Order: sequence, then structure tokens, then C-alpha cells
Amino acid sequence: MKRFGCTNLTALALGLAFLYLPIAVLVVNSFNDSRLVTVWAGASLRWYRELANDAAMLDAASVSFRVAFLSATAATILGTLAALALTRGGRFRGRLLFSGMIYAPLVMPEVITGLSLLLLFVAVEIDRGFWTIVIAHTTLTLCFVAVVVQSRLVTFDRSLEEAALDLGCPPLRTFLAVTLPLIWPAVASGWMLAFALSLDDLVIASFVSGPGATTLPLRIYSEVRLGVKPEINAVCTILIAVVALGLIAASLLTKRSASKAPLGARM
Amino acid sequence: MKDATHRDWTTRAAIFVPYAWLIAFLLLPFLIVLKISLSQTAIAQPPYVPVFDPAAGWEGMKDFFAALSLDSYLGLFADQLYAWSYWKSIQVAAISTAILLLIAYPVAYALARAPRRWQGMLVLLVVLPFWTSFLIRVYAWINILQHDGLLNQVLLALRIVDAPVSWLATDHAVYLGIVYSYFPFMVLPLYAALEKLDPALLEAAADLGCPPSRTFFAVTVPLSLPGIVAGCLLCFIPIVGEFVIPDLLGSSSTSMIGQVLWLEFFGNRDWPVASALAVVLLLILVPPILIYRQRETRQLERGR
Repeated sequence: MKRFGCTNLTALALGLAFLYLPIAVLVVNSFNDSRLVTVWAGASLRWYRELANDAAMLDAASVSFRVAFLSATAATILGTLAALALTRGGRFRGRLLFSGMIYAPLVMPEVITGLSLLLLFVAVEIDRGFWTIVIAHTTLTLCFVAVVVQSRLVTFDRSLEEAALDLGCPPLRTFLAVTLPLIWPAVASGWMLAFALSLDDLVIASFVSGPGATTLPLRIYSEVRLGVKPEINAVCTILIAVVALGLIAASLLTKRSASKAPLGARM
Repeated sequence: MKDATHRDWTTRAAIFVPYAWLIAFLLLPFLIVLKISLSQTAIAQPPYVPVFDPAAGWEGMKDFFAALSLDSYLGLFADQLYAWSYWKSIQVAAISTAILLLIAYPVAYALARAPRRWQGMLVLLVVLPFWTSFLIRVYAWINILQHDGLLNQVLLALRIVDAPVSWLATDHAVYLGIVYSYFPFMVLPLYAALEKLDPALLEAAADLGCPPSRTFFAVTVPLSLPGIVAGCLLCFIPIVGEFVIPDLLGSSSTSMIGQVLWLEFFGNRDWPVASALAVVLLLILVPPILIYRQRETRQLERGR
């Protein structure tokens, strides 16, 4: 390995500063006792206390977490099946359309996905609310799960599955006993990605949500449009903390399973 | 697995269930958008005609097709405002993508050259902000850019400006917000390409007396081209349809197509025009999406 170099170090430091400085300012401000962002009036948990009394915000948070949990779980099941279909399904009729539908939402602007789902719900006369958001988020995130799981399935030793099938193990049992234990880190990170995307989504939710189902991003958005509020800093800090803890837990889990993997492969 | 002719029911279910879901909630909605874009605006609920009514049978079908019209599309071409918004969106996306490439490349290069044992950690640091809500990331910039925000305070303290500058509600703020939000999307594909680059090639060029700047343009850049293309497409396509960033950071004159679509739908309640806007937006994005998909599939097959 060659000397790392001064230019490289500068580029990296500037890049990371660019990424983290705005977030750091936000986190620090959430502990500022003053209502004005410009004046530092000492550290306090004042805004967190006010947040704890903000029923509308807490309600929105509960809606968001329930939507994220349900849609991530449904998306993980559907996305894993889709990945299996693409890698193990062979050539079936309409495969091109299928893979096209998996890849399109990854890059398609969210306004189009949101608009089209809303028009569907209007056409079949489903009342908009909690469940329409769950359906919309499941549709979007299952594509991300499928791509994550698919990339694991293509690099995976098929002879293990074939051995089980040759020995007369039925496909469903082969999947549960051989394939799933080997791909589960990908499935788990797919679930986490789906959860994070659902928690994050504003555009699609704003199209398909209805009265009584306000998600956290929708709530934050309507507040932010009116200007900076210290309570919003506090909400954002909590969300950042939740995500950071989740990621640390996930990286510890994958490390554990990575050290176990050679054992699994030997079986 | 066995050949295609006798698949068992589990494999068939694995194909059928997600397939049916995607047809119901992705393809069908899009066909509805297409249909409504060909309908006429009406003051009714839902605000468009004709409504497809399967119960009316064959006659209903005939009425349905006879009533389809291209009015919304003709309206799009007739009104300068729409053409201008499309142009503006493409322009913002192209300029932001270029800025992203320029500032992400050095970072990705440094990441790929960093000592091996730090690389995982550093990549995680770059990806981490992507996991936090992008609304939070845009909001963080409002904190900094507002009238009495950090940026104006620093500039005033350093006596670079005499009076606070209005940063919010400008195109600069929109570009900044976009570049900030999409930064990881550009760094990661570039890093993936640069990381595979064999340092022996660079050493060979240096040994043969090639100056470092020429080595960079003759060896490094061409070999990282797949990463450059992937990163640019991954940023350009969604930026064209961006809605939240221009809405929060931009002025009312920065009307990108996502905002116009939103306004037509929720503000003017003109569903056929909103649908036509979505169809045209998608048509503009189909070529880059196809290129992106083709490259991804090729890479997946190669990984096999």
C-alpha cells in the first residue's frame, strides 16, 4: 500500500465535514435553551420536554413506526420471493416485465409512484389512510429488498441447494433449512433498509395518506414549512440517534454471522 | 433446480405472489395514470371524464374509447410554463450531477486509497447520513442558511459581508441541498469502481515516466468510467423529479416539474394535466433508466 498522501487526507476530511457539519449543528441546537438559533442560552432538555407533551407529534411518530414495521415485514417477504424468482425461477413467461417492475421504482421519481398509487386508490374507491400508506411503502421497498437479496443469491454456492434437492428434500424445506440460513444477513439488512426508507418517505405518503393518518415526515414537513422550530431539532436528533443505534446493532450482527458463515458453509 | 416445464408449486408461488403484487400496485396504477391523462377535466368527483365502467358492457367500452382525448397533452405543449419547468428540472439535475461528480470523485478516490483496515469504517461514515431521513438533512440546511443562521453569522464575524445575505429561497440553496442529499449516491459507485483499480497499473505508468496528472486522466479516469456513469445516472434520474428540496429551499420561481405536478394535482385539482405531466416526465426518464438497468443487469450476471 502506497503512502496515503496529504491531498487524499484533505479530500476525505472535507468530504466528511460537509456530510456531518449540518447534522452536528442541528444536534447541538436541539440542546440550546434559547428559542433563537443564534443565541446560546446554555444546555437544556427544554425542547425534549416540550416534545414529550406534543400529542400530535407523538401520534405521528407512532403511525410512522407502525407503518414502517408492517410495510418492511411485508416487503421483506415479497422482496425475498421476488429475488428467488429472478435467480432460481429460470425462464418464466413475463420475466422481462417482472425484472423491469423490480428495477423501475428504484430510480423512478417518487411523485410518479405517489400519484399513480393515489389514482389507483381513488379508482377502486379505497379510503385513504393508514393501510394505503402501508401498501404504498410495501410496493416501493420490496424492490429494494429484492435487489439486496438477489445480489446475495447470485454469489452463493448452489451446490448446497442441489445436494439437498438430490437427496429428496422438498423445495420448501430446502429453502427453509439450507437457503434461508445462508442468506439471512441479506434478508435482515433488506428489512432494515425497507424500515428506514418507509420511515423516511414524505412524497409518497403525502399522496396516499388520508385524514387521521399523519406520518412523522408529513408532520415535520408541515412544521418546517413555517420555519425553524427548536422542537423539530429535538425530533430530528432523536431520529438520528435511533438510526445510528440500529446501524451499530446491525453491523455487530453481521460481523457475528460473518464469523459463523464458514461453519455454515462446511455443513 | 429442475427445468422450467415441471416446477413445483412452491417455486410457482415464489414467482406468482410478488408478480401479482407488482402488477396490482405498480403496473395497474400506471395504466390508470395513462388513462386519466387521456381524459378531460371535469368538475366532479373524481374530477375527470370518462370514468371506465365495466358494467356498461360493450357500449360502455365504445363510449370510453370515443371520449379519450389528447387535450391535456396539447395543453402541455401550448403552455410555455410547462416546457420551461421540464427544461429547468433537466438543467438543475444536469448541473447538480456535474457538481456532485467533481466533489465526490476526490473523496471516493481518497476512500479507495485509504489503508485497508480503515476502509470499512470510512465507507460506513459516508453511508451513515443516507440512513437518516433526507427531510432531516434538508432541514439541517435551513438551520444554517436562514437569515440569522450559522452561515450569515460566520460571514459577518469574518467581515466578508456587511449585512446578512438571504440564502434561503434561492437557486443556490436548491443546488446545495441537492448536492448534499445525493452525495453518498455519487461517492459509492465511484468508490466501488476505484477500489477495483489495480495500483500496479499506476506504478507502471509512473515507472514509464508518465507524470501523475497524465496518469490520472489516461489510466484512472477511463478505468473508473463504469462508476462515473452509474453514479451520474443514479443522481440525475431522481433529481429531475425532485419535489421536496426545491419546495423547502427554493424560491417560488424555481418551479421544477415535481412541484408543478404537485400544484396541478392538489392546488388546481386538474388530474388529467397532472397525469399527462407524469407521463411526459417518465418518457423523458425512460432512456437513462434503461441505460442504468442494462448496466446493473450486466454487472449482476458478471458477478454470477
